[in-house]
Amino acid sequence: MLRFTVSRLLQAIVVVFAVFTLTFFMVRLAPGDPLATEKAIHPDVKRSLQERYHLDKSLPEQYALTLKSYFAGDLGPSMKHQGMWNAKIISDSWPVSLTIGLMALIIAVAIGIPAGVIAAVRRNTWVDNSAMSMALLGICLPGFVMGPLLIALFGIKLRWFNVGGWYEATDWVLPAATMGIIYAAYIARLTRGGMLEILNQDFIRTARAKGVPELKIVTHHALRGGLIPVVAYLGPALAGITTGSFIIETIYNLPGLGSHFVNAAVNKDYTLVLATTVLFATLLVFVNFFTDILVAWLNPKVRLT
Amino acid sequence: MTTAAATASGEIQGRSLWQDAWARLRRNRLAVVCIFVLGFVILFCTVGSLLCNWSPHVTNLDLKAKPPGYEETLDRETWLRHKYDDLAPEEEQRFAQALKAGEGPENVTLRHWLGTDTLGRDLLARTMQGGRVSLMVAGIATAVALLIGVTYGAVAGYLGGRTDDKMMRFVEILRALPFLIFVILLTTMFGTRLWLIYLSIGAIEWLTMARIVRTQVLGLARQEFVEAARSLGLPTSRIIFRHIIPNVLGPVIVYATLTVPAVMLLEAGLSFLGLGVQPPQSSWGTLISEGADQMETYPWLLAGPAALFSITLFCLNFAGDGLRDAMDVKTAKD
Repeated sequence: MLRFTVSRLLQAIVVVFAVFTLTFFMVRLAPGDPLATEKAIHPDVKRSLQERYHLDKSLPEQYALTLKSYFAGDLGPSMKHQGMWNAKIISDSWPVSLTIGLMALIIAVAIGIPAGVIAAVRRNTWVDNSAMSMALLGICLPGFVMGPLLIALFGIKLRWFNVGGWYEATDWVLPAATMGIIYAAYIARLTRGGMLEILNQDFIRTARAKGVPELKIVTHHALRGGLIPVVAYLGPALAGITTGSFIIETIYNLPGLGSHFVNAAVNKDYTLVLATTVLFATLLVFVNFFTDILVAWLNPKVRLT
Repeated sequence: MTTAAATASGEIQGRSLWQDAWARLRRNRLAVVCIFVLGFVILFCTVGSLLCNWSPHVTNLDLKAKPPGYEETLDRETWLRHKYDDLAPEEEQRFAQALKAGEGPENVTLRHWLGTDTLGRDLLARTMQGGRVSLMVAGIATAVALLIGVTYGAVAGYLGGRTDDKMMRFVEILRALPFLIFVILLTTMFGTRLWLIYLSIGAIEWLTMARIVRTQVLGLARQEFVEAARSLGLPTSRIIFRHIIPNVLGPVIVYATLTVPAVMLLEAGLSFLGLGVQPPQSSWGTLISEGADQMETYPWLLAGPAALFSITLFCLNFAGDGLRDAMDVKTAKD
């Protein structure tokens, strides 16, 4: 376990470093000038701006300077949000996305796993068919349809929640529900598939033959293995869920991190693209690390090396 | 056919796993119906488009957002306008020739079965045209995800250890790179070509597939039948393709059917940013997102495309479940 952790930690550093380097050069290859504005700017102003962002230096020099500042824990200034530091932009917006994402995850798991398990146990009955049809509804209704529907019902008609914005303690509910229902649908289908696979195996038959109650077979014997596809899917997805969704944030008018990912790329905000990407890569690496540990625990045949 | 195990010569013929699967699939009525409906949707979007009198691109601002079933009387010129689409330059010539030659009916009343959109374009024609784009996106991206993702994941999971580490870290790097910048780079290098969008969507969809397959294979690689295959001296490639991959088809099919809506919606997101299909072309994703904006005033803008999108996904899921069950040797009771 210790060897595994140390080795994965070293690998994580390599991954984040590779992502950093590739992203650094990719954004600079893309067309468009991050300092371009609608109004013409004075050459002197432009020059001083270029100086501030080191854009007047050669690429290797820029790279070395950026790398140095990242090592010092400085994510640099944003190119489009003038006067804002990337670290500040992230620390302002990430908590919003993190709250919504974690709540969505809880909703998704709380609905998706039981629905999938019940559907698998009652395979090809009306229970299975109705649970899977509900799941399909969640898959067929994209966020930009589900969001407005939930707003119309709970925001405008029933007035239970605000229709958007991030002001009150309950503002996470609708966005998290929108995201959660969609992920619940995915989880339900993956759970059902995984459970069906396990429920046909010999060790389940043995347990049944020994007279283990059906409920205990499901919860104690089948669930562990049945959840593996879900965990394999949710692990990498978690990095995306907790860093916000552009669509959800646009619909609910939220100051989250998801829109920065898109806007920074579209606006060629070199430094913010890099900062958000490095953050995402770090999260992804750690989430996958824990996913692998979880899988090894769920399936004793898997060994951590 | 498959029930006749003995041939005329009296020899006993075995049935391959695929024949077994096919026989089981045919007995699953829901799955068969769903496969037929899917085939019908594909025909509807391809052949239907040719039979449709309306062009998906011709606008008519006098007929903004008319409800389904609205009848429009066309004179000869407008009828030809719809027949010869105005997008390609050579179509323009053909239109002029046909107009001169006196082709087409004088006055004809046609119905907009799904209504018209806010620019007066026929929604049925647009839904068909959008369906072609969406089905192509789904088909190509899912095929890429299946081909690369399954192979890659199975190899990584089977070999394990250092190789697995390296392969999965590579997947993580690709996954973390900013997708939008990647698409922007591709479009600047090769122009906004649709197949490029298809491929780039496939290029990120295989990553999750690879992880799911790899996780599943990690457990399989240590099972007895794999050890038996190895001790028989089978080459690694044969073990992976003949023994490992058939055993992970269950989760693979489930995830592949989940990939289809995901890629269609991803395409809609890219189109929204101007990186996907270019107007006046559409896709189901763009039609649905435009329809969602006007849901309360003109609900039919959403209804038609969303209904077809849902029917397709619905059938795809049940067809996928049927396939999964058919290929599962362990559940076969007969």
